Formats: sequence, structure tokens, C-alpha cells
Amino acid sequence: MGEARILIRDDAVAASQAHGEVERKLGVAELLWNDGFVRKAVIIVVLAAIWEAYGTLLDNPLLFPTFHDTVLALVDRVRDGTIPLRAWASLKVLFMGYAAGITLAAILTIVAISTRIGTDFLETVTAMFNPLPAIALLPLALIWFGLGNGSLVFVLIHSVLWPVALNTHSGFKGVSNTLRMVGRNYGLRGFPYVVRILIPAGFGAILTGLKIGWAFAWRTLIAAELVFGVSSGQGGLGWFIFENRNLLDIPAVFAGLLTVILIGLVVENLIFRTIERNTVQKWGTQS
Amino acid sequence: MPALLDVSGVTLRYKTSSAVVTATERVGFSVDRSDRFVLLGPSGCGKSTLLKAVGGYLKPSEGSMRINGRDITGPGADRMMIFQEFDQLLPWKSVLGNVMFPLLMTRRLPRKEAEQRARAYLEKVGLTRVVDAYPHTLSGGMKQRVAIARGMAMEPDILLMDEPFAALDALTRRTCQDELLQLWDETRFTVLFVTHSIAEAIKIGNRILLLSPHPGRVKAEVIDVDQVSSEDGSAARLERQIHDLLFAGSATAH
Repeated sequence: MGEARILIRDDAVAASQAHGEVERKLGVAELLWNDGFVRKAVIIVVLAAIWEAYGTLLDNPLLFPTFHDTVLALVDRVRDGTIPLRAWASLKVLFMGYAAGITLAAILTIVAISTRIGTDFLETVTAMFNPLPAIALLPLALIWFGLGNGSLVFVLIHSVLWPVALNTHSGFKGVSNTLRMVGRNYGLRGFPYVVRILIPAGFGAILTGLKIGWAFAWRTLIAAELVFGVSSGQGGLGWFIFENRNLLDIPAVFAGLLTVILIGLVVENLIFRTIERNTVQKWGTQS
Repeated sequence: MPALLDVSGVTLRYKTSSAVVTATERVGFSVDRSDRFVLLGPSGCGKSTLLKAVGGYLKPSEGSMRINGRDITGPGADRMMIFQEFDQLLPWKSVLGNVMFPLLMTRRLPRKEAEQRARAYLEKVGLTRVVDAYPHTLSGGMKQRVAIARGMAMEPDILLMDEPFAALDALTRRTCQDELLQLWDETRFTVLFVTHSIAEAIKIGNRILLLSPHPGRVKAEVIDVDQVSSEDGSAARLERQIHDLLFAGSATAH
């Protein structure tokens, strides 16, 4: 009978003494390009340049002002305080509607996961109301709640509630059976079970719902202000856009639109990105 | 002294969309304190279902299950489950947070003492270097060690392990088995261990319950398993005997 032999080969030791590059530092340009913020900033700069070039070529400030004119109008209106005031008026109403919508969505989904009839209810009402544009409810809301923030908050709730509830529910449903059993093993049930297990485990989907809800709400609000204008004395950004269109101050209209876009960018890239980085990315549940 | 866990005449049935399946039929066994009791059988013998019933996730349609003289009515932290799946760790908690979680949720210990206990058990499983890491950065073997530390830190009446090493590569599995035995030497916990590997059953257990499939029935019980050793070939002989016993029926059926 033969016997196996072991031949020792110290390749690893020899190589480490020679060259063997294990780690190489990246160059400054490469490091910058790896930053998503830098890449997105470059995209925005390119888009602004195209805008400027097209505006100059067209040379018709009544139809399409240049980026340059828009920024000047924006700076002007920010200085005299109109845009910050109008933006704040819009955001105040938005927060009210957003917060109320999320609260209702939370109640609805918690009822939905604890009972089967609750699930059926959630599925049926979201199927009914999710496709219904919030703006379509505005004429009714005006009759019910009058010309004021009440109507706006009502349509905002409608635009936030369904997408948030739908995503939260699908997040809860996607929680693995193992994690559910782990939670129940520790005697968690009812509300603590939802808070300690289901919400963090389904947080990726919940966050998606919150983002969609935010975008829907912001859109609905600006549109609603455009349609029925001033509410309780102080109009928001939508009303600002409408007003300046009537005055044919098109650079100011563009400045208003740019403000809407800027606020959207800030919320998405600062607030939601920060939440993502500190939760789902840190936990490795989303890349 | 009465047995720690007493299972007698337990029949487990579960519903699928089209039928009621009987997983186990009139199964009985009893586990004493500090036993390493292994449920062994081919797939379909209902061993995992049986373990889940002991965990309180299923109600038997017949028979009784008692732990420490109390009837098992639902899941509880006196029986800590350790699963095969790596996703049993809470991804939003660090390793330390995962081990502390059940201690805090069951209000067993205040935060400070829970942390001390968690660190002590993480040291036992050799994970002091990764206490602040998040589960997704760990290897499969490390995840299972965290789960074991989490289970043991609760110092439950019994640990219920559902093929905890089945998803690991062969080398890691062997290390984990050795570590589990070493931990048992130190603390003498009681464990109910499910596996479909005969070799693992012999290595881990001091008693083995052999189950036959469709539906699961008790075929035999092997005792004094810790008397065999791999050096003199007695473990290999036992493995052969168990194999023949488990597959004798199916060999004649074909």
C-alpha cells in the first residue's frame, strides 16, 4: 500500500517579500467619480448648460428664458422674500398632509396584518383609490372643507395614504418566516411585534413607500395650488407660478418651477439618502 | 426526577392548500437535563415539524408536550430556537445587539447586565472581534455562532436546533460541531438537535431518536451514543447500523 506525501511550498512567503501588490490607492479623479453626489452634480451642470444654450439660441424670454435669467429671477425673488415665504407656506401644508397620511397608513396596515379581513379591506380600498388622482377629489374637497388648508390636507392625505399603505403592507408580507418565528420565540406579539420585528425587517419597502408618497404629495400640492390658487390669504409655490404667468413674468415662473425641483432634489438627496445610508444600507438589506 | 421535556403520543398534522398532511404519528420521547438529544431521520419524517411543535409554533392534534411539567401552549423564551437559515439574525442590529435583543425583549435583564451577559457568551463562541459588526458582513459560520450565542445567553431550559449547520461548508460545519461540544462541556445545557446526517447525529448526540418517514414514527432510540469513538471505528460501525436500520424498509420496497 502506498502512502501520500505532503510537499511544503512556501510560495506565499516568497511572494510577499518580493512585490505582490495587495492594495493600491485610488487616484483623486477616480475617488471623486466614485462619489454619487459628484456624478449627479455633473449631470445637473450638463443639463443647465444645455438649457442655457437652447435659451440663448431661441432668444425669446417670453417663451423660454435662459438658465441665466431664471437664476437671476430666482435670486431676486429669494432676496425680496417672496419665494421663501411661498415655499414655506406650501411646505407647512405638505407636512400636515404627509404626517396625517402616514399615520393613517400605519393604522391601516397594522389592522391589515393582524386580521385577514383587514388585509382584504386594505387590498380592496387601495385597488379602488390608488388609481384615483388626488386632483380629481379637489372640487369635492372644496365643497366639503371650503377654501382653505383643510381641502389641501384632504387631497394630500389621499395622495400619501394609498402608496404608503401599499408599500408598507408588501414590506410586512416580505418579512421572512424565520424572522417572524424568531420574534415570536421571544414572546413578542401584537404592537411590540410590529414595532420590533416587522417595521425594521420591512423597512426597505416602507422607505420606498415614503419616497413615493412624498413625491405624490408634493406634486399634488403644487397642482392643487395652481388649480384653486390662494388659500387663507397666503398662497404657496403653485400660486406663485400661476400669479407670475398672469403677469407674463416668465423668468419668475421658471424660478418658481426651479424652486419646486430644488426642494424635491434636496429632500430626495439629503433627507431620504441619509435615512437610507443609516438604515437599509448599513444593515446590508439594500445596496 | 421527571424528564425536562416530555413528549408523548404526539400526532402533528398541517394543512396544505389541497390536503391535510400527517407529519408525525404518535411520537413519544423524553429529554433529561443536559441531554444532547438528536432527532434523526430522512426528509419527510417530520423531525423539523416536531421541533417546531416543541417550540410552540404548532399545536399537536393528539398527545401532549410538557416542559418542566408545564404544557407547551405557544412559543416562549424558555425554549430558544436556532434555525438553519442565516437570516435568523436581525439585520438591523449589530452582533451584540442581536445577542442582547431577547434578553431585553423578555425583560430578563436590565440593559447593562444584558450587555455583560451577551459579551460573555460572544466570547465563548469566539466572536469578540466582531461584536459591533452587522450580520451581513459575517460569514455563514459566524452568523450561526452568533445565533448560538444568542440562544445560550438566554440560558433557556432547552435549546432547539433545527439543522443549524446544514447550510455551512464541510470544514466550517466540523469546526462548529466541535465548538458546540466544547460549549456543552463548559455549561452542560440541554439541546434538542434535528439533523438528517447520521455522522452529525453520532458526533453531537448522547441519545438519538430514529424516525421513519411518511408519516414520521419512532423507529428506534439509540442511547449512550457518547460511548462510541471515531478512533477505534465504533462510530463508523454505529453509523453503518443506523444507516441500515433507516434504509432497510426502502431497500425492500424498491
